[in-house]
Amino acid sequence: MTRRLSIFNVTSLVLGFAFLYLPILLLVVYSFNSSRLVTVWGGFSTQWYGALFRNQALMEAAWVTLRIALLSASIATVLGTLAALALTRYGRFPGRTLFTGMVYAPMVMPEVITGLSLLLFFVAIDLDRGFWTITLAHTTLTMCFVTVVVQARLMTFDRSLEEAAMDLGAPPLRTFFSVTLPLIAPSIVAGFLLAFTLSLDDLVVASFNTGPGATTLPIRIYSQVRLGLSPEINAASTILIGLVTLGVISATLLSKRSVLRSRRNAH
Amino acid sequence: MKERSFTKRLTSGLVPAIPYLWLGVFFLVPFLIVFKISLSDPAIAQPPYKPVFEWSDITGFFSALDVENFELLTQDDLYFRATLSSVRIAAISTILLLLVGFPIAYGMARAPERHRSLLVALVILPFWTSFLIRIYAWIAILKPEGLLTQALTGMGLISEPLDILNTEWAVYIGIVYAYLPFMVLPLYATLEKMDDTLLEAALDLGSTPWRSFWTITVPLAMPGIIAGSLLCFIPAVGEFVIPDLLGGSETLMIGRQLWSEFFSNRDWPLASAVAILLLIVLVLPIVIYRDVEARRMETRP
Repeated sequence: MTRRLSIFNVTSLVLGFAFLYLPILLLVVYSFNSSRLVTVWGGFSTQWYGALFRNQALMEAAWVTLRIALLSASIATVLGTLAALALTRYGRFPGRTLFTGMVYAPMVMPEVITGLSLLLFFVAIDLDRGFWTITLAHTTLTMCFVTVVVQARLMTFDRSLEEAAMDLGAPPLRTFFSVTLPLIAPSIVAGFLLAFTLSLDDLVVASFNTGPGATTLPIRIYSQVRLGLSPEINAASTILIGLVTLGVISATLLSKRSVLRSRRNAH
Repeated sequence: MKERSFTKRLTSGLVPAIPYLWLGVFFLVPFLIVFKISLSDPAIAQPPYKPVFEWSDITGFFSALDVENFELLTQDDLYFRATLSSVRIAAISTILLLLVGFPIAYGMARAPERHRSLLVALVILPFWTSFLIRIYAWIAILKPEGLLTQALTGMGLISEPLDILNTEWAVYIGIVYAYLPFMVLPLYATLEKMDDTLLEAALDLGSTPWRSFWTITVPLAMPGIIAGSLLCFIPAVGEFVIPDLLGGSETLMIGRQLWSEFFSNRDWPLASAVAILLLIVLVLPIVIYRDVEARRMETRP
């Protein structure tokens, strides 16, 4: 029996995706609204984009956020990949159970707890709150997601390639860099992108660990949203959504191309 | 030669050691500090609690610890009510997520194979855009005179403006909306692998579609149902942003309580005690989730 879509299946898919995308679509549409009232349409205008770029505080916050996200995602990618290797390649090392627990726990731990505990730690060791504390906190939070992504790839990995390289006399480190790393590279990139997005997006952990001069974009947006809707936020959101969509589409195309290429090489 | 094998052992030992050390310092130690501070007294100082640890004063350290904050948590029923209401809101949201997510995942699993990866990508895509922005989008929709009211009045369905924002319903909508990918993806993963011939056989033997659904599809999808439910329930209990932006002042949730103890009342020890309370509530679901995930990882082909 070939699977056939019933009317019920089609309806639930259409309604489901409408539910997922309609709010985002409305947000984007109303960023081109000329009225200051966000929910009343007053004609097409791009004025809020101009206002956005003149908004010094928001621009500064965006810059801080970007720097934190790049730095923390880079460190998290290295640490997360090492942790994934440790979990898949090192068998039973002392304290493995604790290690597994520490890798999985931050993913489901409520953000308020992670944020509070890191802050209390930074205060206890007398580290000034600001750029670096947020970066360290985000590294810790996001490295676990990198681990899971890379670990999934390492588990389906054909180890005979590594063995072949070793049999041919390649030392372990060289085997790792010329065989293992290129093969798991797509998952490392995916892990990095995930860590980057999570850091860009985080409000709660950043709020606990922020200090003077380190206001991130989510913190800024949150404090503005609490005061009420603002068309400038709609404009900022639209730019972010556009960037993310572009990034996801190009990542998909890239991975498709690499799949096609490896298929061609296989023939 | 001996030296070389020593460096080799050293470098290979570094692979687990580095992330281990990092998580120890930035995850485990902070966690113990929360526990410690939850047992200390608040002080009007910077930082606002009594000093942490002095090696010279070990007896003083232990005698300064007390369970006062936890006694406060049990005396003031605010925290009890906040905990209960968090669990209730998270549980209702999880059920709603199952009801909304299952038909979507089922439709995806039955779609032609060439479309499936696109459908999966479409479910994941909103997850990549900011959580805060997606919740913000709902304020404009749900507020009185908002877009939902405008649309329904336009269709002539209602005459009075709907007042959903700042109610518990807005929180349910927000959680279902934000967490939907976490529910749909595990469900889809199990439904996609399902063997269709089982349903066919049941149909041939005279079972009604409704009965086959409950006796075949649901039991086979159980691992996905459990994983998806826990993946939504656990973070929903500690949720802060959604009840804060959509729930109004009436919606009581423990994550929000922790936030206000910390930021508004500046009572760090009490905030730490609330964190421990939240953790006690979640420890069982987290352990179950970890076991389910570990088993899923192992049975993977």
